[in-house]
Amino acid sequence: MNDASGAPHRLIGIATPLLLLLAWELAGDFSIIDVRFFPPPSRIAHQIGVLFASGELVSNTLASLRRLALGMLLGGVPALLLGLAMGISRPLRAAIDPLVSATYPIPKSAILPLVLLIFGLGEMSKVVMVALGAFYPILINTVLGVVNLDRIYLDVGHNFRAGKWQVFRTIALPGALPSIMAGVKLAAGMGLILIAISEMVAANDGIGFMIWNAWQVLTVDTMYVGLLLIAVLGFIFSVVLDEIERRLIPWKSNA
Amino acid sequence: MPAIHVVKETSEPFQKDIQISLSGVRKYFGRSGFVALDGISIDIPKGEFFVIVGPSGCGKTTLLRILAGLELQSEGRVDISQFESSRPANSMIFQGDSLFPWMSVYDNAAYGLRMRHVDRAEIAETVRVWLERIGLWRFRDLYPHQLSGGMRQRVSIVRAFTNDPEILLMDEPFSALDEQNKVLLHEELLRIWEATKKTVVFITHSVEEAVTLGDRIMVMTATPGRAKAVIDVPLARPRSVLELRQNPVFGDLVVHIWEQLRDEVLRARQSENGRVS
Repeated sequence: MNDASGAPHRLIGIATPLLLLLAWELAGDFSIIDVRFFPPPSRIAHQIGVLFASGELVSNTLASLRRLALGMLLGGVPALLLGLAMGISRPLRAAIDPLVSATYPIPKSAILPLVLLIFGLGEMSKVVMVALGAFYPILINTVLGVVNLDRIYLDVGHNFRAGKWQVFRTIALPGALPSIMAGVKLAAGMGLILIAISEMVAANDGIGFMIWNAWQVLTVDTMYVGLLLIAVLGFIFSVVLDEIERRLIPWKSNA
Repeated sequence: MPAIHVVKETSEPFQKDIQISLSGVRKYFGRSGFVALDGISIDIPKGEFFVIVGPSGCGKTTLLRILAGLELQSEGRVDISQFESSRPANSMIFQGDSLFPWMSVYDNAAYGLRMRHVDRAEIAETVRVWLERIGLWRFRDLYPHQLSGGMRQRVSIVRAFTNDPEILLMDEPFSALDEQNKVLLHEELLRIWEATKKTVVFITHSVEEAVTLGDRIMVMTATPGRAKAVIDVPLARPRSVLELRQNPVFGDLVVHIWEQLRDEVLRARQSENGRVS
């Protein structure tokens, strides 16, 4: 897509959601839709103000973000290390691949009761849920990144007498980085899904709790605020991760 | 063709130190028992520019990989003498793109020295000298994807030279380049090689390239790879790539080697056809 056609497309991209919001607002005003289920954007905006003033919005968001960050670390770091090791070592790959293939398809949400049983109702169970969600995409993408690395780079490493650790640090890790970043992006999305689910079931704060609590006391406006919040977080994550990728992998961009 | 057997007019001692000695080297692959190399025996003295030409699939890359320690021969002996223990035995310049895309020109050039834990100041000095020598110093912060194919190949030459090995192994390093770049790089390679006099084993399928660069040329047979002939190149050094082309000895040699090679290329083609049908 060139610039000449890009600018109008971007305008359309902004105009479409704005028009939809306007249609929604008007449909509410003219009672075309039931505002008990579909509160108009103005009421949702008002509710954002209310929740912000009471501090609920910030405290719930921070609670979720904290669990997300800890969970991403807890799941991501081991996934990265194991993935690199599996990528380099064929025997290790042979040993662990079947385990990964067998456990990966289990919906992480289905493991929630077990996680609650093992880790209790405290913070740890939510962190572990996010960790489980982050672990697989990062592991799988890291292994792929190393395995798909052009063999010639490993030959160069061996020819220059790079030791195991040096090959790891100077070839396997940077070479797999683009693929690893793709895994991290998937993991962030998965983390958001899982934090919402686990907070609905077993938490006293967080965005998931906020949504579930709103359902129980039937404050529909707050539900929408929660959904909006998750959408905004997802968008921010992707912008931040794109920026990290740009700095971490300068050789990829043709800027 | 008498020109070919002229003894080199050099004042070097009769008994030169042997750097690489191969005897009866064979290599076969897998269960199929495909024979890539069938009994290669050759001595390469220290400081010689040794070129191997052969049709594609004759196992010349396999031979180089054995010398580089990236593969093991199935039979036979490979003796590589190291005259200075402080320097690495060999560095390889690979066919095609082998620069690390995630490292700048500078970091690529410094790679071998870093792997050997040479101290920072010395690395900085060596890399600067070599990048300047080959005219790439001002591009030191660029990444490989920002360079042309010719520049990338110059960086990989620098990467091998900064490592200062006793032996340089070159696997068709210029085959992907256009003719003009190739001539310039031949000039450049000859210039920096004259200054260092490393032992070189250079693989190519281009007869002109072999005669331009080499002291001796080994012609290999098509599958399985054997040494068909070893030919001295009686052309004086330092050589100028363009002047060489006007030298009748150059032309005679090219024709002579081509005659050796033609049958092999035809044989390689036949066996390929046989495999297809």
